[in-house]
Amino acid sequence: MSTTIETAVKVETRRQPLPPRERLERIFQIESLDALYAGKAAVKGVTLEVYKNLVTAIIGPSGCGKSTFIRCLNRMNDLVPGFSMSGTIRYHGQDITGHNVDPVAVRRHIGMVFQRPNPFPKSIYDNVAWGMKVLGMKESLDDRVERALTQAALWDEVKDRLKTSALSLSGGQQQRLCIARAIAVEPDVVLMDEPASALDPIATSAIEQLMNDLKREYTFVIVTHNMQQAARVADMTAFFSISRGDEGHRFGQLVEYDATQKIFTAPSDRRTEDYVTGRFG
Amino acid sequence: MPVPGAGMSAHGITRADLQAVNLPRRRVVNRVMQLLCTLAALIAVGLLVIIVYSVAKRGFAALNLDLLTKDPANSFSFGAPVKEGLANAFVGSLVLVGLATAMTLPVGILIAIYLIEFAPPTIRSGVSVVLDVLNGVPAIVIGIFVYGLIVIGSGQSGWAGAFALACLMLPILTRSTMEVLRLVPGSLREASLGLGIPRWRTTLSIVLPQALGGIVTGTVLAIARVAGETAPLLFTSSLVGTKTSWNPFHALQSVPVAIFELSEQPDPASHARAWAAALVLLLFILFTSLTARYFASRSRRKLTAGR
Repeated sequence: MSTTIETAVKVETRRQPLPPRERLERIFQIESLDALYAGKAAVKGVTLEVYKNLVTAIIGPSGCGKSTFIRCLNRMNDLVPGFSMSGTIRYHGQDITGHNVDPVAVRRHIGMVFQRPNPFPKSIYDNVAWGMKVLGMKESLDDRVERALTQAALWDEVKDRLKTSALSLSGGQQQRLCIARAIAVEPDVVLMDEPASALDPIATSAIEQLMNDLKREYTFVIVTHNMQQAARVADMTAFFSISRGDEGHRFGQLVEYDATQKIFTAPSDRRTEDYVTGRFG
Repeated sequence: MPVPGAGMSAHGITRADLQAVNLPRRRVVNRVMQLLCTLAALIAVGLLVIIVYSVAKRGFAALNLDLLTKDPANSFSFGAPVKEGLANAFVGSLVLVGLATAMTLPVGILIAIYLIEFAPPTIRSGVSVVLDVLNGVPAIVIGIFVYGLIVIGSGQSGWAGAFALACLMLPILTRSTMEVLRLVPGSLREASLGLGIPRWRTTLSIVLPQALGGIVTGTVLAIARVAGETAPLLFTSSLVGTKTSWNPFHALQSVPVAIFELSEQPDPASHARAWAAALVLLLFILFTSLTARYFASRSRRKLTAGR
């Protein structure tokens, strides 16, 4: 298993060596972020930077707080009763964790694709167009819808039935529609919370392919429990793991964050090595 | 301790282990219990059939177009037989229930939206309990409450009657709306919010359209429920003349109150008309309930489609 990953990593990274980190533009600067549910920490002390036009993968075992972490980045956890966070998340230099920040405005720039495809019970066209209409992007709507669907590699499959219900699409198509819907409103960052975990391998590879194509325009942060997927799509990889607190309660922690190739071939932490070589998790 | 040998599997299970114990007796008990359960279900069905049948049998004779379109001749002067129709009661019920629905619908839907979409869990459960208690308040108590609140000061009126009915409708409508809002998948809300769309817009454009069928169902059921209420109207809208009136500033006759009053009369013709009015009321409630069921199943299909 580890050899396949290493091969995949080598194949992927041979194409595009990463420039030194100092030269990359920083989208997120996250500093000692704690995320708590009802006062109990789910994630503790995360510090990392997310760079522009790269795909950043968050990997780790179940329950390590990957999803909790990524949902902090667009204030999606605000909807969970009892949730709170401390620390700072600077987005283009602005802290977005404060109470004086409008989560709606944050989400306007930081889009999200969820684990299970969740198209609106509307037509395929309206799924993509509705968000734009509500957000005031009303000029040349048809062109924008076509562009978004083309970018999401779905246009050819649906162009003849734009008015049919989105629920008639297959799971993989629905997820690509959700990606089209997210990028149609022209976000800066797209967060993906295990976007392929409910999909078959063909649909999965379609989504990985389009992330690769789209990262010239967007910045992606993707949570995945599939290490091969991280190896295939990500430029940077963060490995989260579960730690035990003093009273025995479990919380997630960032163990290592580095270029994907480094994480999978020469991790500097023992726990990362155990995880990526399949000895644990 | 089983001894390994012929007729035994690798797991040490003999044929005797698989043989049912006391099978004939268990079959009998099973039959009897099934029969009892079926009987209980038949009693419920039978009750409705008997009610509908007896009302239909007695009411059908007096059921004619005059009943629906003509006013009573000269109603409650003592001893005088009441003739002709009950149009004033049907019109009055229409106005009372219509006004009650108009009062309840916006309030009930707003309460439900607040509790499901915005309120913290503690407030949600607290208000839910209050609604359940309100739902359990006897109709006659609601009638006395509205009597004390409105009628003592400004006399009986259609408004007072409609308000009493609205008090009965509110918890039913709110609870059923809450249930359908809860059925709308959270993933749809997240999808909309994730696009950077405000919560009010998400509620209005994504959640409410999904719940519309269910809200209609709840409303129709609440209407069917209060259309047959007598007690809240006795104190609030019952001292009426014989003329049909659409004006809610005066007391309005209603079908249940008319049935009650006619059944108190000594005259068999009045009784016949009471039965006929009861039949009309029953048919209305059966019809609205069936309509509600139709909408309910349709909206449930829509909510569960594709997942």
